Amino acid sequence: MTEKILMCGNEALAESAILSGCRFYAGYPITPQNELCEYLAKRMPEVGGTFIQAESELAAINMVFGASVAGARTMTSSSSPGISLKQEGISYLAGCELPAVIVNIMRGGPGLGNIAPSQSDYFQSVKGGGHGDYHSIVLAPASVQEMADITRLAFELADNYRTPVMILGDGLLGQMMEPLILGKEIRYVPDDKPWVLTGCKGRPPNIIRSLLLEEGALEELNRRLQDRYKVIYSKEVRFEGFHLEDSDLILIAYGTTSRICKSAMREARAGGIKVGMIRPITLWPFPSDIIVKVSESASAFLAVEMSTGQMVEDVRLAVEGRRPVEFYGRTGGSIPSKEEILDKIESICKITV
Amino acid sequence: MKKIFERTESLRDVTTHYCSGCGHGVAHRLICEVIDELGIKEKTIGVAPVGCAVLAYDYWDFDVTEAAHGRCPAVATGIKRVNPENIVFTYQGDGDLAAIGTGEIIHTANRGENITVIFVNNSVYGMTNGQMAPTTLIGQKTSTTPYGRDVLTSGYPLRVSELLAILPGSGYIERVSLHSPQHILKAKSAIKKAFQYQIDNKGFSLVEVLSTCPVFWGLSPRDALKRVENEMIKEYPLGVLKDRSS
Repeated sequence: MTEKILMCGNEALAESAILSGCRFYAGYPITPQNELCEYLAKRMPEVGGTFIQAESELAAINMVFGASVAGARTMTSSSSPGISLKQEGISYLAGCELPAVIVNIMRGGPGLGNIAPSQSDYFQSVKGGGHGDYHSIVLAPASVQEMADITRLAFELADNYRTPVMILGDGLLGQMMEPLILGKEIRYVPDDKPWVLTGCKGRPPNIIRSLLLEEGALEELNRRLQDRYKVIYSKEVRFEGFHLEDSDLILIAYGTTSRICKSAMREARAGGIKVGMIRPITLWPFPSDIIVKVSESASAFLAVEMSTGQMVEDVRLAVEGRRPVEFYGRTGGSIPSKEEILDKIESICKITV
Repeated sequence: MKKIFERTESLRDVTTHYCSGCGHGVAHRLICEVIDELGIKEKTIGVAPVGCAVLAYDYWDFDVTEAAHGRCPAVATGIKRVNPENIVFTYQGDGDLAAIGTGEIIHTANRGENITVIFVNNSVYGMTNGQMAPTTLIGQKTSTTPYGRDVLTSGYPLRVSELLAILPGSGYIERVSLHSPQHILKAKSAIKKAFQYQIDNKGFSLVEVLSTCPVFWGLSPRDALKRVENEMIKEYPLGVLKDRSS
């Protein structure tokens, strides 16, 4: 798998899961992620893995819960309305400290919305989503190549931190085809998971539970989770920065939107406006430190999203009022154009810079 | 002195939180006795429900995981598919299995998953203080049917085992009761048969166990047993509902 091939994002992610050692997938059909589900239906039997088309998203995430309990590298995928249904299960995964990968190929909402690309599940993804004090690691690919690469990372992070990891793509990334190199298959052996349920032969029984009734026990779990989140925050922040040293205006965008912003940035710079960009790759942990650092030299920030303004709140939290943070967004399947972003850049630069 | 009775190995030596006259303790013991008699303790994985038996993992001395309310069969499916050599069973009450988990139990049975389900039906929600269950009898008073269950507003007692028996994917389904020593022995042999079914790779097995909830039935433990015999069995007849292997 070292040659360059052409695949759509959903299929690239699915094949990358196989190459990462994922041998259990359960999902429920929903557009625009169906290629992922269908690809694994064909591929899992070829590698001796399990594919189950579940009766619901609830069943799918709980099958994944079971597979994780049994020690497998496991994944489910869906799109926005289906991800809402999985939130209970994700909370249980977090509470039981179980690794799993959840893919959200976002579509427009709220409600049934539409099947066009969107980034309006940011809040749900990075702030927990289900009940209780927890976070999932949230990864945001921006190309078909990255759909594959980030999938490998997702499985590693999930196992390393015993936590659910969400890959937050969108309909465009899932559907479009690009050339990519998948890379080599890793041999995954789950021998370093002493907590796994395999039957209690030669050891005391293992119990997987998040119900902790004794006084102080649940607080202890929450403390442990929060300590782990601090480690994740200190070690796992990933982003891509462009022209951060000499820019007056810093664009902040992830996924599909970041690609359009990059074009707008280039054109603005060609026209003499000093624009840079931060592309968060981890949405949780959010790259706050680099934003703080850049805010010392840049005059303003512009967050661009396919939402009415969700990630922009985390940008504002990082900037803490030191600089103006502007927002431009489109929703309902409308994708911001380069021209729209350029217009916004120019209007900000007239006022602020 | 010759020891003629002892705690079976898979049952931990601890006090349970169950109320006097509750059937869960008996059901737990039967499962543990069966597991020990079959010699499968070291490869058994239990899936504990949400409901009165939520703490089952504190009482069983083998690997157990919790599951979200109603989702035990989906969790068991995941475990069994990953490690088919494990013996995987779920332990579910009537709220878990027959209300919030109806989707999971029907599709797990219909896929013919090679797991065992122990379904404890006591016709009421015990853990949350005695609300109506799908299996609550017509006219039965609960905290959410204070005038008695009225079919016009709350529908009919749900016979899940009969429902599952018509699915081509289900293998062995039997309904038993815990209201007398004789019936407890019968219940044990049904549970043993269900586990053996899984060991023999014959597919989905389920034992529905009619049990008691004296506290939320407002009865003494003894009268609760009489209620099972005189009222519950009429609605939920005992016996083998399906045995594909016979």
